[in-house]
Amino acid sequence: MEHLPSEQSAAVRRIVAQHKERPGPLVEVLHAIQASFGYVPEGAVPVVAEELNLSRAEVHGVVTFYHYFRHTRPGAHTVSLCQAESCQSMGAEKLAEHARRRLGIDFHQTTADGRFSLEPIYCLGNCACSPAALIDGELHGRLTPEGFDELVAAKAKPAT
Amino acid sequence: MTTTVYVPGDAGALSVGAGEVAAAISAEAKRRGVALDLVRNGSRGAYWLEPFVEVQTARERVAYGPVRAKDVPSLFAADFLKGGTHPLSLGLTDSIPWLRSQQRLTFERVGVIDPRSVADYVKHGGYRGLERALQLSGADIVQAVTASGLRGRGGAAFPTGIKWKTVLDQSAPQKYVTCNADEGDSGTFADRMLMEGDPLSLIEGMTIAGIAVGATQGYIYLRAEYPHAHAALKAAIAAAYQARYLGADVAGSGRRFDLEVRLGAGAYICGEETSMLESLEGKRGEVRVRPPLPAIKGLFGRPTIVNNVVTLTSVPWILAHGAEAYANYGMGKSRGTLPIQLAGNIRRGGLVERAFGLTLRELLYDIGGGTATGRPIRAVQIGGPLGAYVPPAHFDTALDYEALAAVGAMLGHGGLVVFDDTVDMARMARYAMEFCAIESCGKCTPCRIGSTRGVEVIDRILAGVDGERNVQLLEELCETMVQGSLCGLGGMAPFPVQSALKHFREDFRARV
Repeated sequence: MEHLPSEQSAAVRRIVAQHKERPGPLVEVLHAIQASFGYVPEGAVPVVAEELNLSRAEVHGVVTFYHYFRHTRPGAHTVSLCQAESCQSMGAEKLAEHARRRLGIDFHQTTADGRFSLEPIYCLGNCACSPAALIDGELHGRLTPEGFDELVAAKAKPAT
Repeated sequence: MTTTVYVPGDAGALSVGAGEVAAAISAEAKRRGVALDLVRNGSRGAYWLEPFVEVQTARERVAYGPVRAKDVPSLFAADFLKGGTHPLSLGLTDSIPWLRSQQRLTFERVGVIDPRSVADYVKHGGYRGLERALQLSGADIVQAVTASGLRGRGGAAFPTGIKWKTVLDQSAPQKYVTCNADEGDSGTFADRMLMEGDPLSLIEGMTIAGIAVGATQGYIYLRAEYPHAHAALKAAIAAAYQARYLGADVAGSGRRFDLEVRLGAGAYICGEETSMLESLEGKRGEVRVRPPLPAIKGLFGRPTIVNNVVTLTSVPWILAHGAEAYANYGMGKSRGTLPIQLAGNIRRGGLVERAFGLTLRELLYDIGGGTATGRPIRAVQIGGPLGAYVPPAHFDTALDYEALAAVGAMLGHGGLVVFDDTVDMARMARYAMEFCAIESCGKCTPCRIGSTRGVEVIDRILAGVDGERNVQLLEELCETMVQGSLCGLGGMAPFPVQSALKHFREDFRARV
């Protein structure tokens, strides 16, 4: 079990305190932790459990149930490619193959330089403009391998 | 007078460059010293024409599309602010055949108004339904919804009025109205378009539901994959509170209704209503055993309405125009209109709201224009990942809950995903099982284990191991999942597999 440094642990306690009084707060708390840390660190689980008066097993069970909650730090940019049927009908599998090659990683992995994480996602609601991808919260449609390369190149440029 | 220009802020439009177009229009207007009012509306739903730019002229709205940022200087040169002609001219928006042929009731304001503006919403008929509801008793509101024939548009097609009546009849210190906005089915985006393009109509629908059954708290359970809808809903809820359409004194009636958005976390199963309630309570989204029904014992154990976005946004129109006006649309037991979503490999994809009863052929060819790739259509999946694959032999079937059920398909949330003749149906069947395995909540065995075994069996068929015997095994496995699963995920995930086996059996053969 990874222990959180005390200042991070305090940050988690502050987050819990903000949501504690709302009904059914756990998922909201986890969202807030992920928004702040980029993922839900394993060491946050006992802290959340203690603050919400739940067992560690209950908190762990919720964290691991939902695909959206990450267990590791994400890359600087997260690329989520839709793999659902509508996007498949417009070549999502080929696009995914291209993305794996271009980034040199598989789904659920992060590049060694920490720049990109690649995730599958099941429907972005952009099915009339398939195939679709969500990159750092921005939606892209009718995406081609060339278009993908352009987007990645733009993200890879060091910020000025 | 300042000219108003509309460039959609809808996520789908943004995904193909509407943001860049809006920025280019602002920049070009500034460069030319022209004053204009840029409104970020929802999408009209003609996605093949996005980015779809409109100009409010003295007469009507004139449309251009699909516009790219680099087209903007030439649009100004063609005097598009006065409706000038340009190679991208589409004429008057209301005379575009694809849009003109529709019957937009639930979507009447989507793409028309500024979704952030309560004033614009009211100017276009918003809050008339609530105004009417506040003159009625709860029982009369429920009666109007029942008489309209409205059935749950999320997929289950349960009569909305009956559900509301059950909640109304409960006596409890607290009741809830929850909106299932976990639109996870591939091929569907009607909920997203409504939440981004006319969020106040959802807020109004939920408020009417609350007033009807005596619920003072509403929750919208929104999927995390929809960040744009999240922002639109939060802004609209804040605006509704500001205008006192939410809160302690709804529209001066003395009645309370509070509303909050809660985010899901990437679990398809949370579109199942009891799983959604568990998730709203902050727990694992595991399915509950029914009974008790959520209408009796729902969120935090209290009587709860659970309705889909389209269902709830249909309610204001029904109250404003009368139940009969709504029921006059449609056929058989499918009354009113259905927002159909044309998706996947289709030339003219988008949102088509029409009365029930169009045939698949009319939708796919007359409206959709066939495939985007220009190849023949081989299969259409209707109703999301749990829906059957329909072959061309059934394309004369009408879009109606009962007519589709008669050919072994289901309408679901009204999404149609089109595949051309390059599709490998055994792989699509495998995907259906794989998706079920990824998304199963794990509570019941047929779904949790069956879906994994389903993938393995299909892999053996494709590898040429005991082909015939394994096809038979796959059929038996599907039957077990259908009969033995606790909810619709395991219970319906076999539908695409069974339909692929039935209509496209030639694809289930060994691969070299």
